[in-house]
Amino acid sequence: MNRKEPVWVHIILITASFFICFPLIFALIKSTQQLSVVTSASLIPGKEFFNNFKVVWNDYNLGRYIRNSLWISVWVASGKIVLSLLASHALVFYRFRGKSLIFGFIVITLMFPTEILILGLFELVSNQGASSLVQLIQWMFNPVEFFFAPTKYGFGWGDSTIGIIVPFLASATGVFLFRQHFLSIPKALADSARIDGANSFQFLTRIIIPMSKNTIGALALIQFVYVWDQYIWPRIIIRRSANQVVQVGLNMIVATGESVQWGQVMCATVIAIVPPLLVFALLYRAFMNGYALSSDK
Amino acid sequence: MKDDHGVFRSRFTVWLYLSPTILILAVFIFYPAWKSIILGFYRSNLFLGTRTFIGLENFRNLFTGILSPGFIQVMVQTVLFSTLVVLFGLSFSLFLAVQANKNVKGAKVYRMLLIWPFALSPAIAATIYLFMFNPEVGIVNTVFDALFGMRPRWLDSPVLAFFLVVAASVWKNIGYNIVFYLASLQSIPKTPLEAASIDGASRFQSFKMVMFPLLSPTTFFLLFTNLTFSFFDSFAIIDVLTKGGPIGPAPFFDNEGITTTLMYKVYLDGFGGSSNMGFAASEALVMMSIVAIFTFLQFRFLAKRVHYEG
Repeated sequence: MNRKEPVWVHIILITASFFICFPLIFALIKSTQQLSVVTSASLIPGKEFFNNFKVVWNDYNLGRYIRNSLWISVWVASGKIVLSLLASHALVFYRFRGKSLIFGFIVITLMFPTEILILGLFELVSNQGASSLVQLIQWMFNPVEFFFAPTKYGFGWGDSTIGIIVPFLASATGVFLFRQHFLSIPKALADSARIDGANSFQFLTRIIIPMSKNTIGALALIQFVYVWDQYIWPRIIIRRSANQVVQVGLNMIVATGESVQWGQVMCATVIAIVPPLLVFALLYRAFMNGYALSSDK
Repeated sequence: MKDDHGVFRSRFTVWLYLSPTILILAVFIFYPAWKSIILGFYRSNLFLGTRTFIGLENFRNLFTGILSPGFIQVMVQTVLFSTLVVLFGLSFSLFLAVQANKNVKGAKVYRMLLIWPFALSPAIAATIYLFMFNPEVGIVNTVFDALFGMRPRWLDSPVLAFFLVVAASVWKNIGYNIVFYLASLQSIPKTPLEAASIDGASRFQSFKMVMFPLLSPTTFFLLFTNLTFSFFDSFAIIDVLTKGGPIGPAPFFDNEGITTTLMYKVYLDGFGGSSNMGFAASEALVMMSIVAIFTFLQFRFLAKRVHYEG
């Protein structure tokens, strides 16, 4: 298909690019303008970016929110990768009874996105724990109370970042992707590794992981962006603004003060886009090779 | 399992590898999912901490009584919203991906420009829209004022607010869709298309008869991810832009805000003013059933595809 494309293809693409890119360019420009110009239609960049930056970062807690979000995203993304690597390693390279059952158990969790679970999860995560071990055991061994009544005791993680990290450490998507990738690795490799005396953990760390860089990169990108974008769960579980994530924090920046300081708000949105964009740029190739182009999603 | 790579055997180590994943999923997905269902049979108030078993009353209240008109309205809105987001989202992105895949100068630049919203979060997309469409100081109304001499109330006129939320959702999701369409377009073999053009097929014909069928696995995949998006990820867009409002026109759309989707209603009922967690749980169960049906369809489709290929 090497025929030359007509001009209208360019016109369509330029128009589409304009409409898709305009909101971001708009936010970028507005984040640099001074107070008197921000709410006008002017699209001439100003010099106020660093002042806006200083104000939102310190006075509006943006720095705090960004640090919280980074901390959470890095923990969850790496947790998901490590746990899924281990689980799919067992699911592919081990022979044991109940394998299909376990795989089914993991994959079926795809049917329960966090958003569906918020009511049950909220009670479990935010309720205070039992005051003594005896109480806890009494509750857990009373099937009527434990299974058929609203949750009595929880982890007491309301208002803390750990309540956004721990529940999300495992990943069915990760297990699914790694399993798919591992199955494409010739079985002979595992056989020879075993014959040469490697144990299963050495096989995983020295042979399988180096062969899975693209899949790991793809998963890191998907999960980092996924966690960075989380909104509803932090909105519910975090009450104190000091522990809030940046996505929800933006709302608070909009609501601070008597009238909305749009220049500063736009500055905050621009900064909040940077981390996922960096991860995206860094892992784009791995993502295309390890996920988007693989025939199984 | 059909591809058997199992070369290692052990009774113990294998569970060492599996237990972290199983434990987290059991405690933080299966147990809360089960408890969300159970909660639907209770009257439970978040702030008062009261809980009484009331059997099926919450589920009856979905369809009869004073709470039901709101629920029915929100169901209709959710279906409408999801249909629009999926329809516009998929058709725009397919069209643009096909254009960007053509042999044009600067195709790489176009592709980057088109897919970057992938890295954008719903909350950020909505915050930028909130400013652009602000009736007093937003740039959209400044332009509208200059061109047509009017300043539409984007956020508090029901019809406009509804379509604004749809537009923000489509915009936010378009990068993701284009990524997958581009990836799949690039893996299409050239020969069937060349054969079609030699046989005298027009461009549109060869798109319709050759390319579109070859893209259908991607379209199905995106159909489900976009549905999930319109169900759940739109929450942040709604929360930032409209908080579920404004109240729609009587007689049917005046029980709840017009941009309240099922997900937003679960949140409002469970954690908002009335904090009626039991009733919210019964609504969440409706949502769970819908997602279960979609997932089932998706897996059936995937199974079929594997069958065709193998």
